[in-house]
Amino acid sequence: MTGVEAVLLTIVTASTPLLLAALGELVVERSGVLNLGVEGMMIVGAVAGFAIAYATGSAVLGVLAAAIGGAALSLVFAVPVLLLATNQYATGLALTLFGLGLSGMIGEGFVGTPGIRLDPIAIPALSELPFVGRLVFGQDVLVYFAFFMVAAVAWFLFRSRWGLVLRAVGDNHTSAHALGYSVVRVRFLAVMFGGAMAGLGGGYLSLVYTPQWVEGMTAGRGWIALALVVFASWLPLRALIGAYLFGSIMILQFHAQAAEIDVPAQFMSMLPYLATIVVLVIISRDATRIRLNTPACLGRPFVPDR
Amino acid sequence: MRLELEKRAEQSRLMVVVSPLIAIGLTLIAGAILFAALGHDPVRALTVYFIEPVTAAWSLQELFVKATPLVIIAVGLSVCYLSNTWNIGAEGQFTVGAIAGSWVALSLNSWDSPLLLPLILIAGTLGGMAWGAIPALLKTRFNANEILTSLMLVYVAQFLLDYLVRGPWRDPAGYNFPESELFSAAATMPLLIEGGRLHIGAIFALVVVVAGAVLLAGTLKGFEIRVIGQAPRAGQFAGFSRTQMVVFAFLLSGGLAGLAGISEVAGPIGQLRPTISPGYGFAAIIVAFLGRLNPIAILFAGLLLALSYLGGEAAQVSLGISDKTTKVFQGMLLLFVLSCDTLILYKIRLLPPRRRAETVDQGAGE
Repeated sequence: MTGVEAVLLTIVTASTPLLLAALGELVVERSGVLNLGVEGMMIVGAVAGFAIAYATGSAVLGVLAAAIGGAALSLVFAVPVLLLATNQYATGLALTLFGLGLSGMIGEGFVGTPGIRLDPIAIPALSELPFVGRLVFGQDVLVYFAFFMVAAVAWFLFRSRWGLVLRAVGDNHTSAHALGYSVVRVRFLAVMFGGAMAGLGGGYLSLVYTPQWVEGMTAGRGWIALALVVFASWLPLRALIGAYLFGSIMILQFHAQAAEIDVPAQFMSMLPYLATIVVLVIISRDATRIRLNTPACLGRPFVPDR
Repeated sequence: MRLELEKRAEQSRLMVVVSPLIAIGLTLIAGAILFAALGHDPVRALTVYFIEPVTAAWSLQELFVKATPLVIIAVGLSVCYLSNTWNIGAEGQFTVGAIAGSWVALSLNSWDSPLLLPLILIAGTLGGMAWGAIPALLKTRFNANEILTSLMLVYVAQFLLDYLVRGPWRDPAGYNFPESELFSAAATMPLLIEGGRLHIGAIFALVVVVAGAVLLAGTLKGFEIRVIGQAPRAGQFAGFSRTQMVVFAFLLSGGLAGLAGISEVAGPIGQLRPTISPGYGFAAIIVAFLGRLNPIAILFAGLLLALSYLGGEAAQVSLGISDKTTKVFQGMLLLFVLSCDTLILYKIRLLPPRRRAETVDQGAGE
């Protein structure tokens, strides 16, 4: 394996969890809900995935558990926000704090336990091709799933009837309600989808990226995924580009350390967070552009009249 | 069952007071279920968690020690949230405040003067302000979302602290532990009770509460904060500047978080370490909301959250329950607080599944 190929492989591994979580949140925000609880849903997905894979010995069941765990936790956000019209910022934050605590409690017994790894699919012959073989044909199923979901979400949002309804709910909930669509139901489903995707992203961390449980192992990736949605101006294809950009920055620190670049490790570790800030600044400077792309009802509570 | 919200003609004054109490009650019930699920006697566990820590003199002192940073930070955050500015990076401002103050303390560690401590506290406050100024400027100059930037800066601050205590600021005589030198006596917060842990930071907290209450209830600035938060357009017509408010809110809350940070390091900790906070900056967000963004109520909310830290430690020692349950409790509390706040603006009706809704008109359920 060449050095470049190794770097590219790690970039894919670092980018996939970001892509999964960002795609989920993108759909949530398109429906007009801002869920700041991505970090919490990711970490609960991570611990659920680890625990079930460990208990059953099956990484595939772990992946399913991660998605279910994330979706279940999203209900803790969806019920107060959608049924009780609570402040979305504060409730999302509460979800993150709750998720971080819950995962720490569930995972306490797993610290230091070797986990189960989700193995890559090796497509015979093709995966043995030089250079592109492992990169394109030898990844695990979640990598392909993430790419598939980019296309699926793009198709759903812009080519399907229900995608149109979802965007209508996000852009003008009063009109969508008047047309007879159930704003609350659409948003419920969107939030749960976002939870499942964030859970998968977390599960990727504890089943592929580093197959073990470490408290707080998401390390702010949920927040980076939120920034990615802004970066992507709520478009799935741009989320793909953004996720790979950030994944590359995250992986840069390890390769820099391996190359013995003389910068303290802590400064290298700051990079993804600083890069997020820089990217947010660059992308947000054009206030008009942000306003045009942002779902018009993002973050606004909706209380249906009778 | 279907749930319907009916807008009240005006805010329920009763619920303003009662809703946090309902939230606390619901948290205790959920906690009892959690403990039962973990195989503990729920009554015994809740007693250890929430009653026993306040039955001994030393633990009462500890309660105030832990409430001090929470209250100081939360008062600053309440100004932010009232003005609809979302600083969630207080943990980072706390850390940088601690670093800035420690820089003065460690550089002048042999200077035995009563002026040293004030200098350290000012440096800490300025450090927190500077760290808070970054998201404020990025917001006002470049329109960058302050929630994300302030949160990202928490990680940056923590790595900076980690670098300093493992690198340039490590105590050469410290057997290679990642710790700075101990602060000199002149650089340490005076104790309020001889031989105890309660330090003058508790007085700062009281002063901050009173100052915050006066600012919000008795000054034009307080009015401006509320108007900009609740009716930005009205604020604009009144000539209030949203931009200046974002900067003001971040400088104030950042400065207070910095003060809390340096008060911890120059107080109960006494030196700089890689971890100087059990998440005070985040728990303070819960304190601010539980205290309904009102400084006086924040004082009591701060004591309750401090109790949850103590209870977590006590439950771990005497029942073997993981102290991770503390964070679960804190998260649940905030979720319940926010949910119960709905009762202030709305009546909640529970209706049977949609069919003949018009026949049902029982009064407001819970």
